[in-house]
Amino acid sequence: MDKTKEKVVAGVVVENIIKTYGKKKDMTALNDISFDVQKGELFGLIGPDGAGKTSLFRILTTLLLADSGKATVDGFDVVKDYKAIRKRVGYMPGRFSLYPDLSVEENLNFFATIFNTSIEENYDLVKDIYVQIEPFKKRKAGKLSGGMKQKLALSCALIHRPSVLFLDEPTTGVDAVSRKEFWEMLKGLKQQGITILVSTPYMDEARLCDRIALIQNGKILSINSPQGIVNDFSKPLWAVKSDRMLHLQNELQEKDFVENVYPFGEFHHVVMKNESGSEQLRNFITAHSSENAVLQQVKPDIEDCFIDLMKN
Amino acid sequence: MRTLKFLLRKEFRQIFRDPSILRLILIMPVIQLLILPWAADYEIKNIKLAVVDLDHSEYSRQLINKITSSGYFILTDYSSSYEQSLGKIEHDKADLVLQIPGHFEKELVKEDEAKLFIAVNAINGVKANLGAAYLRTIIQDYNSEIRTEWIQFPRFSAETHIEVTYSNWFNPLMNYKYFMVPGILVILLTMVGTNLTAINIVKEKEIGTIEQINVTPIKKYHFILGKLIPFWLFGLFVLTIGLSIARLVYGIIPSGSFITIYVFAALYLLAVLGLGLLISTYSANQQQAMLLSFFLMMIFILLGGLYTSIDSMPEWAKWITRFNPVSYFIEVMRMVVLKGSTLSDIKYQLLVMGGFAVFFNGWAIISYRKRG
Repeated sequence: MDKTKEKVVAGVVVENIIKTYGKKKDMTALNDISFDVQKGELFGLIGPDGAGKTSLFRILTTLLLADSGKATVDGFDVVKDYKAIRKRVGYMPGRFSLYPDLSVEENLNFFATIFNTSIEENYDLVKDIYVQIEPFKKRKAGKLSGGMKQKLALSCALIHRPSVLFLDEPTTGVDAVSRKEFWEMLKGLKQQGITILVSTPYMDEARLCDRIALIQNGKILSINSPQGIVNDFSKPLWAVKSDRMLHLQNELQEKDFVENVYPFGEFHHVVMKNESGSEQLRNFITAHSSENAVLQQVKPDIEDCFIDLMKN
Repeated sequence: MRTLKFLLRKEFRQIFRDPSILRLILIMPVIQLLILPWAADYEIKNIKLAVVDLDHSEYSRQLINKITSSGYFILTDYSSSYEQSLGKIEHDKADLVLQIPGHFEKELVKEDEAKLFIAVNAINGVKANLGAAYLRTIIQDYNSEIRTEWIQFPRFSAETHIEVTYSNWFNPLMNYKYFMVPGILVILLTMVGTNLTAINIVKEKEIGTIEQINVTPIKKYHFILGKLIPFWLFGLFVLTIGLSIARLVYGIIPSGSFITIYVFAALYLLAVLGLGLLISTYSANQQQAMLLSFFLMMIFILLGGLYTSIDSMPEWAKWITRFNPVSYFIEVMRMVVLKGSTLSDIKYQLLVMGGFAVFFNGWAIISYRKRG
């Protein structure tokens, strides 16, 4: 039990985790994943649907057994010490999973009592979040709006003051304002020293994490700070626009100096193979000036990095 | 213990908030016990009889009168051709055809013997069988009646006459309700035990709350006990309602003690709750749980000795009934209610039921996992 005191342990350590599904073990959800999360870090798992994020979360919250590999949460092994982990983690599954027929207050109370604590004891931790739903505390949880459900779920996951918090796609299906508020709350929780692992399919949320891991098809493509990931993007990137966007994309796709073209807001982002390609692109756009073609250099975004990493 | 208390509080809160479950628990036993015993009855009545009377004699009339006055038969057709009566059977207007041949009276008097013909519509096997049997008995009765009539003076060895009198032990009036009500009560208890428990647990799976529970330090047995205790109490509650209806509506007062019934019911509920739990661990959603428990209920009811006697089943079916908890409870209920059996009389059934409880719950606890 003194493991935590022996050395400064990381919040979460994942080593060579492999998880397959199916009778023949032919569906690989997690393919040799390794990473670690520092204590008190806000760590993001960014990846498309089906990347393996939920499987990873379920392994770390002791709901699922990995085929092979090791993982520790707060210094405890997910297989051997699962009982200790269940006492100190908070888990918010991707799907709303509180009792819809119990009221807001009853749900929170229930989760507090089964952790042998009470709302009063840890009120300071959930206060910022809970005050927003407190006016509706007599309402049944099933009758809350999407954003309020998330807030209640987060409150319930926090009420026992966990040292590690797992949030599986907490903002999926939540409106833009609530999403922003939600991330503000996470920042506040980070200040309290809680290690937070959050998964999301939204690239704009990645920027708000301390470090992110880009994950696809059960493999980690890159782990770095959001800035670090962007800095690693070395190829020239341009944004182009014209009156005939689809035509433009198709034409650019054919060019041998272009590595990739994809729609990005009202522009297409064009990734060059090397520096000399930029000159050729400029010539190409000039030739299409009749179609009001516009060219401008842009700084890569997380999304550009992710698309690039996925392609290679 | 503390955790269990909170789990129970949550469970009761949810159940009392769900009006459909409450309605089911309260109304289902009342309705079923008020309706079923009147309708589900082994006696065959209202058998539609078509008579083809080709004799039109005093004797044939007497016979027909005797049959119709028995109360079991309704004379729906009286014709003079067999074809016509067969047509009635084809149109489902008659279940039995009794043909009285011409010269029936004459032959009976002169030759001392006469023939009758019975045609039975065997689509409904039970009705056909019993109907024909009733008819035969009545004709036999009629036969001996006219014979006694002819013998003016009692004398020796004129007619071998064996008269059978019988008395129905434990149910002197052969009141079928005494027989059915305890049985129906058992089915109700089984439904509360298996169905409601299974669906309740599977619901937690369906809405995902079980995941949330699984990442907490709640112990497996806490969670399971939290689920079983409320339905165990509901089961005993339903039993109480049922026994009250049996007494108030049907005047059934168990000859044995209520304690015997409750002791067995408590153990029985433990077994069926375990079965419900087992169903829930193997079902992913409420439909699956419903279908699975429905399937088992069908077998339990049909092979439970409620509607058909277990003793008349083929040997292999008798073996199945030995693994059917319902059959034991029905047996015990009838033993206690009708015969006044005591706890020591039912110790074999108690033992078996204890075995069922350990088996189902043990299996369910082993297969209920907190992780995949």
